[in-house]
Amino acid sequence: MTTMSALDRRRALRSGLLEQYRRMVEIRLMEEKVNELFASGSIHGTTHLCQGQEALAVGIATVLEPDDVVTATYRSHGISLALGLTPTGVLGEIMGRTAGVSDGVGGSMHMCDMSVGLLPTFAIVGAGLPVTAGAALAFQTLGQPRVSVAVFGDGATNIGAFHEALNLAAVWNLPAIFIVDNNMYGEYSRIDTTTPFEDLHKRGESYAMPSIAIDAMDVDVVQEHLQTAVDRARAGGGPTFIEAKTYRFAGHSRADTAPYRPNGELDSWLDRDPIRVTERKLLETVDQAELTAIRDQETEALRVLVSELEDAPQAAPDQMFKHVWA
Amino acid sequence: MPKLRVRQAVMTAIADEMRADPSVVVFGEDVGAAGGVFKATEGLFEEFGPLRVRDTPISEMGFMGAAVGASAMGLRPVVEIMFMEFLGVALDQLVTEAAKFRYLSRGQVTCPLVVRTTVGSGLGFGSQHSQTLENWVSATPGLKVVTISDAQTAYGLMRSAIRDPDPVIVLEPRVLYADREEVVTGEEGVIPIGKARVVGQGAGATVVTMGSMVSRTLQAAEAEGLDVEVIDLATLVPWDRTTVIESARRTGRIVTVEEAPMSGGWGSEIIAAVISEVFGSITAPPLRITCPDVPVPYGKHLEERFAPNPQEIGLQLNEYMSTGAIPAPWWVREGLSA
Repeated sequence: MTTMSALDRRRALRSGLLEQYRRMVEIRLMEEKVNELFASGSIHGTTHLCQGQEALAVGIATVLEPDDVVTATYRSHGISLALGLTPTGVLGEIMGRTAGVSDGVGGSMHMCDMSVGLLPTFAIVGAGLPVTAGAALAFQTLGQPRVSVAVFGDGATNIGAFHEALNLAAVWNLPAIFIVDNNMYGEYSRIDTTTPFEDLHKRGESYAMPSIAIDAMDVDVVQEHLQTAVDRARAGGGPTFIEAKTYRFAGHSRADTAPYRPNGELDSWLDRDPIRVTERKLLETVDQAELTAIRDQETEALRVLVSELEDAPQAAPDQMFKHVWA
Repeated sequence: MPKLRVRQAVMTAIADEMRADPSVVVFGEDVGAAGGVFKATEGLFEEFGPLRVRDTPISEMGFMGAAVGASAMGLRPVVEIMFMEFLGVALDQLVTEAAKFRYLSRGQVTCPLVVRTTVGSGLGFGSQHSQTLENWVSATPGLKVVTISDAQTAYGLMRSAIRDPDPVIVLEPRVLYADREEVVTGEEGVIPIGKARVVGQGAGATVVTMGSMVSRTLQAAEAEGLDVEVIDLATLVPWDRTTVIESARRTGRIVTVEEAPMSGGWGSEIIAAVISEVFGSITAPPLRITCPDVPVPYGKHLEERFAPNPQEIGLQLNEYMSTGAIPAPWWVREGLSA
């Protein structure tokens, strides 16, 4: 099993694009494996996968400091691994093992590790946004130069919590950054059937905060624009809204094969697969064999991890009674 | 000992905690410069300034969630929800987020936040501003719930609530706000969460009550000369099982007096737990004195009958004590409802 700490894994991303590429590959392989383990009955409940959205997760994790805080959603295997949570902690949690980051009581939708700033992830659409505003309020009140980031899906922009949180962040000039992962689908419904426009950065503009749309299939683009927002927040310049344009290569959740997609839409986005985008850049300086080696190493590490976790102890009953106070 | 109104006792408790702990902050609608619509935060803004006493937009979901995030990051927010009904739009943040943070984070994050809210009938606010609704928050593991019954409990429970490492909901019956009494302040005035208060001694029955019903029950028992032990539950979650159960074992009878509709009220939970524990010692069926199962009406004469008043409590208790049988509530006696 992994021996590197979450914090060390997080710091490793700063070494450059190759390490960021490795993390994206790790996330992709993990999601594919989770899908497979689900199909074979090794995972129960539900899962929400993020293939196609790896660059956003890794870009965020590279720019933020470990003591900045992030609220994320039930689709958070990727952001968790990116922020530094170990594959053992994440997959162990999904598999309900004691080795999981939440002792196996949380499951796929509930990851948390405060050593790298990940608050317990939110399985209620939009619920993380007011909490992000509140964490930012604490930083502002306590005079700490930390930022508070919410990552959420396009579906969340139709729920009240989104609007209340943006309003609070704007009116109180909080060090908060709202990142909508606009993958164009809320559950099984395409954005044009649920929302009057697809360019969601307009919703940020309506709360009088700097708002921008970015190509979040490119990890460099994510870092560049997030850095600007982070610098602004740390300098007391208030909140930023970022519309990260991505695409969800998989369905909404485990039962969904996404038959509702228009023909050709998936293919056109696969051309912009964030891992392939990164490979093209890396191939200017490294050779293909090196990239293949990274993929092979990650594949093997995951194979070993799965076999270890399959034999690892299931969460024990006493865990359900821990951390209950009333 | 200062003589304080209930609302002043609330404010005094918050101010004392704010002086002792710089991480305590207050926010809510018009809690700052205006001092709160019920004046329960009057003076805090002047003493502690706008960074620690913050007016919010009318945005309960937003600022309740902000309290969750702020509490997870080192502040101790005391949030005012002006009327308990307004918690409806913010309930997710309390029930599904704050109540789960410690559990899901395996103790890495706690939410030391206090939600103060006003409850109950009696001031003519009508159906949408007069409910008690404690059952909205009493059946979720992870939330503590206390109800104040006078100025002393307002002071003492509030200080404990603010110090608590986890979310505490403080229910303040707004009909009590203007009541005034001498209050023990400072450390001696602090009342621990989870401890019931025996406020009337007696041997013939155990009468468990809470909030605005405490003084009414005491008035009724005195007027009727009843030999009953009156217990102010004070903390609904986690309630003081030892005090209540031991009393019921001694007296052999258990009664609850609630300002809430009968169905699904907290009294049912108390009674079920007590009877299960001391069945062999019980000499009469358990009695619940409650409101009828209707929304809170507006008209003055309607509202006065809606919640148990001293006359109704006295009448039902008197009949119960002398016959050992369950008396009919007023709406049954008058043939208005089943």
